[in-house]
Amino acid sequence: MTAVYIELSYFDLMIASTLLLLAGGLSIFLKLGLEKSLGIAALRTVVQLSLIGFVLEILFQTVSPLWTGLAALFMMAMAGREAMARQTLKLRGGWSLSIATSALMLAATVVTTMALTTAIRPDPWYDPRFAIPLLGVVLGNTLNGVAVGMDRISATLKRERQAVEARLALGHKRSEAVRPYVRESIRAGLMHIINAMSAAGLISLPGMMTGQILAGVDPTEAVKYQILIMFLIAGSTSLGALSAVLSVSWRLGDDRDRLRLDRLQEQR
Amino acid sequence: MTLSVRNLKRLLLGPLDLDVGKGDIVALTGASGVGKSLLLRAIADLDPNEAEIHLNEEGRETMSGPEWRKKVMYVPAYSGWWADTVEPHFEGAARKDVIDILHRLNLESSALGWDVANMSTGERQRLSFARALVLFPQILMLDEPTSGLDTDNAAKVEELIVERSQAGVGIIFVSHDKAQAARLGTRHVLLKDGQLTEQHA
Repeated sequence: MTAVYIELSYFDLMIASTLLLLAGGLSIFLKLGLEKSLGIAALRTVVQLSLIGFVLEILFQTVSPLWTGLAALFMMAMAGREAMARQTLKLRGGWSLSIATSALMLAATVVTTMALTTAIRPDPWYDPRFAIPLLGVVLGNTLNGVAVGMDRISATLKRERQAVEARLALGHKRSEAVRPYVRESIRAGLMHIINAMSAAGLISLPGMMTGQILAGVDPTEAVKYQILIMFLIAGSTSLGALSAVLSVSWRLGDDRDRLRLDRLQEQR
Repeated sequence: MTLSVRNLKRLLLGPLDLDVGKGDIVALTGASGVGKSLLLRAIADLDPNEAEIHLNEEGRETMSGPEWRKKVMYVPAYSGWWADTVEPHFEGAARKDVIDILHRLNLESSALGWDVANMSTGERQRLSFARALVLFPQILMLDEPTSGLDTDNAAKVEELIVERSQAGVGIIFVSHDKAQAARLGTRHVLLKDGQLTEQHA
């Protein structure tokens, strides 16, 4: 089958933007008060995506390990910040940010490097045209698992404080006392990807696959890529959620097997 | 069983000393919010604190937190439950001891099958006392052990406290009831402004 790729002109985008006018008109007509946010959001999409397109274009042309590495680091740092921002309770002293960032770095680096060196094998292996989009999709999803898992373990230990401390007072080890909550939190972190894998193809056509098909790739080829990506995300989310939840739980205890909720604070 | 506490310091408390000798039943009193529970939690090493504490000459730091708390056990006034029914909370204790203690507290052995969510305050309080007793700690620190109980059940609890004490267990209990402190305690200490003072009758 010949790959057909239809290039979009800026005029084509203008036509699509009339849909925004429709949404804006509706907002004014129904007094939803959304027209301003809608306009700003649309503008941000255009500016941010154009900028990133520009940056990617330069990155892809240079194929430099240094610049690719820096871009990857920047993405992981932003993901760490985002994971921390989603916590209702956070650990004092910057621990939430460091735990989220290290868990994301560990998981995304291991999984992306593995995919690049064994499955996809571009030359050189760090070729940003493969490395950056792959890291992006893996990070975005792992971020979800890490944020949900961390949020769940802090909230649950706070809520179940009496139960945990009752066990500690009877001489149970802290690791035993928190185990059910650790398990529950890791499960919560993994639910998203399990649901995504179960629904894939039936309810939703994954965005990446849709993109590839629109770009003229054979559906069967696009499906292979999508399956690979799903597996990468599942691996990375497990690794990320596991290490983040265990680290938070470790930080909420100490070497005398106490529960240290004093290390938590409400996030303003 | 002798417990010796020297120079205990934690937020709002101390430095203070406390000795509990073999067969002592120490009544700990003081105004609400003065830190009686905080003191007992600190001795049990449930909160960060600084102190030289020995149980029969054995230093607290020579054993792990859980080992220490198995010997020097704190029973809060309102305790937590980590399983849906009562029985798992008695894990690790001899069945015979559990049944025996339950009967002594006016509870049938069928209480082991109860749903925790449906229990009354008094049932919770007796069962959390029982689940500590069956582990045979050497020091028992009881935070208002009879606050939610009627006189009959309170008497049962007091009876068991005296019996344990006669077996050599050192006991500290918090009470807001002057009569109980006088009746049950062999000694009486008052916590005020972070300091303990021995009260003499």
